[in-house]
Amino acid sequence: MSDKEVAVPPEADHAAAVAALIAPVPEIIGGAEFVQLLTPEGERVEHPEYSRYIADLTDDDLRGFYRDQVLIRRFDAEATALQRQGELGLWASLLGQEAAQVGSARAMRSQDYAFPTYREHGVAWCRGVNPLNLLGMFRGVNHGGWDPNENNFHLYTVVIGAQTLHAVGYAMGIQHDHAVGTGDPDRDAAVIAYFGDGASAQGDVNESFVYAASTNAPVVFFCQNNQWAISQPVERQTRIPLYQRARGFGFPGVRVDGNDVLAVYAVTKAAMNAARSGQGPMLIEAYTYRMGAHTTSDDPTKYRISAEVEVWKLRDPIARLKAYLTSSRKADPAFFDAVEVEADELAVTIRDGCLSMPDPELMSMFDNIYVEDHPLIEAERAGFAAYTASFEGEH
Amino acid sequence: MAKITIGKAINAGLRRAMERDPKVVVMGEDIGKLGGVFRVTENLQKDFGEDRIIDTPLAESGIVGTAIGMALRGYRPVVEIQFDGFVYPAFSQITCQVAKMHARSLGKIRLPMVIRIPVGGGIGAVEHHSESNEAYFAHTAGLRVVACSNPEDAYWMIQQAVESDDPIIFYEPKRRYHEKGELDLTATAAPRPLFTATIARPGEQVTLASYGPMLKVCLQAAAAAAEEGKSVEVIDLRSLSPLDLDALATSVEKTGRLVVAHEASTFLGMGAEIAAAIQQRCFHHLESPVIRVGGYNLPYPPSRLEEEFLPDLDRVLDGVDRALAY
Repeated sequence: MSDKEVAVPPEADHAAAVAALIAPVPEIIGGAEFVQLLTPEGERVEHPEYSRYIADLTDDDLRGFYRDQVLIRRFDAEATALQRQGELGLWASLLGQEAAQVGSARAMRSQDYAFPTYREHGVAWCRGVNPLNLLGMFRGVNHGGWDPNENNFHLYTVVIGAQTLHAVGYAMGIQHDHAVGTGDPDRDAAVIAYFGDGASAQGDVNESFVYAASTNAPVVFFCQNNQWAISQPVERQTRIPLYQRARGFGFPGVRVDGNDVLAVYAVTKAAMNAARSGQGPMLIEAYTYRMGAHTTSDDPTKYRISAEVEVWKLRDPIARLKAYLTSSRKADPAFFDAVEVEADELAVTIRDGCLSMPDPELMSMFDNIYVEDHPLIEAERAGFAAYTASFEGEH
Repeated sequence: MAKITIGKAINAGLRRAMERDPKVVVMGEDIGKLGGVFRVTENLQKDFGEDRIIDTPLAESGIVGTAIGMALRGYRPVVEIQFDGFVYPAFSQITCQVAKMHARSLGKIRLPMVIRIPVGGGIGAVEHHSESNEAYFAHTAGLRVVACSNPEDAYWMIQQAVESDDPIIFYEPKRRYHEKGELDLTATAAPRPLFTATIARPGEQVTLASYGPMLKVCLQAAAAAAEEGKSVEVIDLRSLSPLDLDALATSVEKTGRLVVAHEASTFLGMGAEIAAAIQQRCFHHLESPVIRVGGYNLPYPPSRLEEEFLPDLDRVLDGVDRALAY
C-alpha cells in the first residue's frame, strides 16, 4: 500500500463528515500542550519552544524524512502480504506510525542507543538495520537476526515494557563511562526507550521511570500512544494523558503530534540533547494511531469502529509531509515518482530475500545457549545428532 | 590461613573481583552505607565509591533490568537480591531476558551478570525470607546456578562467578553467613573449577549429596552415622546447573546408594532431577532407590515450625538408614 491510498479525496469528504461525529479532537489531545509543526493538511505552523529544533534541517533532510516513511510503509505492506501468503508466521504492522518512528530515530546520533519494542521497523530502518533481518523472528528462523551493537539498535523485545529497564541501565552505563555532559558532541550519548500506551501500565515501565529519575540517567522515554493495546483503548490504561505521568516521577513530559514528522523530530532532538548534556530523563508521548491490526492475528473490527480509522486517515503522516513538500516547492513530482519506484524495488528485494531466507540448521538450536560449554547442552547436542543420524538412509 | 565467616569471605571475594576488573559493579538494596542487611558488602562503598557499589531503588525487577542494561554497555554487574523471596518480582527479567539474551542474539550479546541470593530458612524470619527457589532457575536454560557452603568456596566461587561470561545465580547459605572456616587469603588461584562437585567427606556405603546451607547438616549426619559404623560419603554439589554428574556417578558407583538432601520442597526439586539422572547413569550399580530428603511440599511454614519443616540431622540419618536397609 502506498500513501496514495490513504487520506486522499474523495475519501476525505466522507471522513470529514464522520470526523464531525467524533469527539472534538484538539481538546482530547492536549490543546496548547500538544506540539505540532505540520498540520494534517501539510501547513507549517510555529511552536514557541520547538520550531528552532528543525531550523537547521535542509530540504534534503525533509525529502529524506519522506523517503524513509514511504519506504518503510512499503516494506511493512510487503511484510503483511508475506504473512498473508504464509511466508511469515506473524507480522506487527507499523502502519500509521511512520512519522513517530522516523522523526524520533532521525533525531538520534550514531553513538546513541535505541531499545525497541517489536514494532519499531521504521527506527530500525533509520538506524541502518537491514530490513530483511527484521523478518527473521516473524518467519521463525531466529529470535532477532542483527548485531545490536552494529547499529546501536537492540533486539526487539516481546515482553511488554521489559526493554525500558534495559534502556535505563544502558544509560546508567553511559554515565559511568563519563559520556554525558562533557560537551563533546561525539562523546556524549543518550538512550531512547520505545514503548506503547499499553506498556505504560507495566511495572517495568514504571520502575524504569523511577530508576531514571533516581539516577538522572540520559534516557528519553518515547511512548507511541497508538490508542490501542490490542483491543483495549488507552483509556483502559490511564485516566490522565500519558505524558503527564512524567511529572509525578520528577521529570518533564511532552505530548507531540506523532503523525507530524517535523514535530516528532524537534521534540526528540530537544529531549536527546538535554539527556546528553546531563539534564536527565524525559518522556515523550507521540500521539498517533495504529491504522492496522495489532498483529496479523488480530481483528480490530471486533472492538473499534471504522469511523475512527477514517478520522485518522485524515491525519496521515506521509500525506501531510507530501502536501508540505509540494506546496513549499521542496520536492517535485519527479522526486515523488522516484521514491515510489524505489519503494517498489525495495518490496521486490524484501520478497525475494524473505523467500530465499534459509531455515536454520537443525543443530544450531544447541548453539549459543551459554558462552562456555555446558555439559547438559553438549550431551543433548550429541544425543540429537545421533538420533537424527539414525534415520540416515531412510526415506 | 585465617578463620573467617562465609559473609566476610564473600565480601573479600567481591573486593578482589572489583580490584581486578574496574568494570565490576555491585547493585542492590541497602548495600552501600549499611553494607547490606547481612553486611556482605560492608565497607565496599567506602573503598570503591558510590559509582561501583550502587544503592538502588527498592524494586527488584528494576535492579535486574537495569543491570542487564549495564551489562549491555560492557559492565559486569553483581546484583544483590536482599532475600530469596524477593527475587520473584525480577523473575521475568531473569528468565525471559537474562537467560535468553545470548541465544536470541545468536551469540552476539553476552550478559556476564551475577545475581546473588541469600537462600534458605532456619533464621526465625517472617514469611518470604526463608525460600529455597533454586529449582526454578536451574530449570531455566541459559542460567548457571551455584551454591556455596563454606568460607573457602564462598571466597573463590564469587570471584569465579564474576569472571564467567555467562549469567549466574549465586546462592549464599543465609543461616551460615556467620559460621567460620579456614581460608588462605594469600592464595592466588582457585583450588578447583567453579562448576564441579567436591567430596566433602569420603565414605564407602552410601553417597549423601547436598549443597548450600544443608551441607553442614549432612556432614554432621555423616559423623553421627560413623559412630554407628556406617560410612557415608558427603558430596557438596556446589553447582546445580550444570550438575557435576560425573563426580556424583563416580561416588554412587562406589557406594551403590544415594541420598539427596536439600531444604527445598522435594517435588520437582534438585533431588528429583538428580534421582532421575543417576538411576539412568548408575542403574546397575544401585543397591537401593535414590532417597530424597527435603522440605515438605508446603508453603514455608511460620518460623516456630521451621525446625520440623527443614530436614535436620535425624531426618537425613533416617534417609541414610532407608537407603542402607535395601
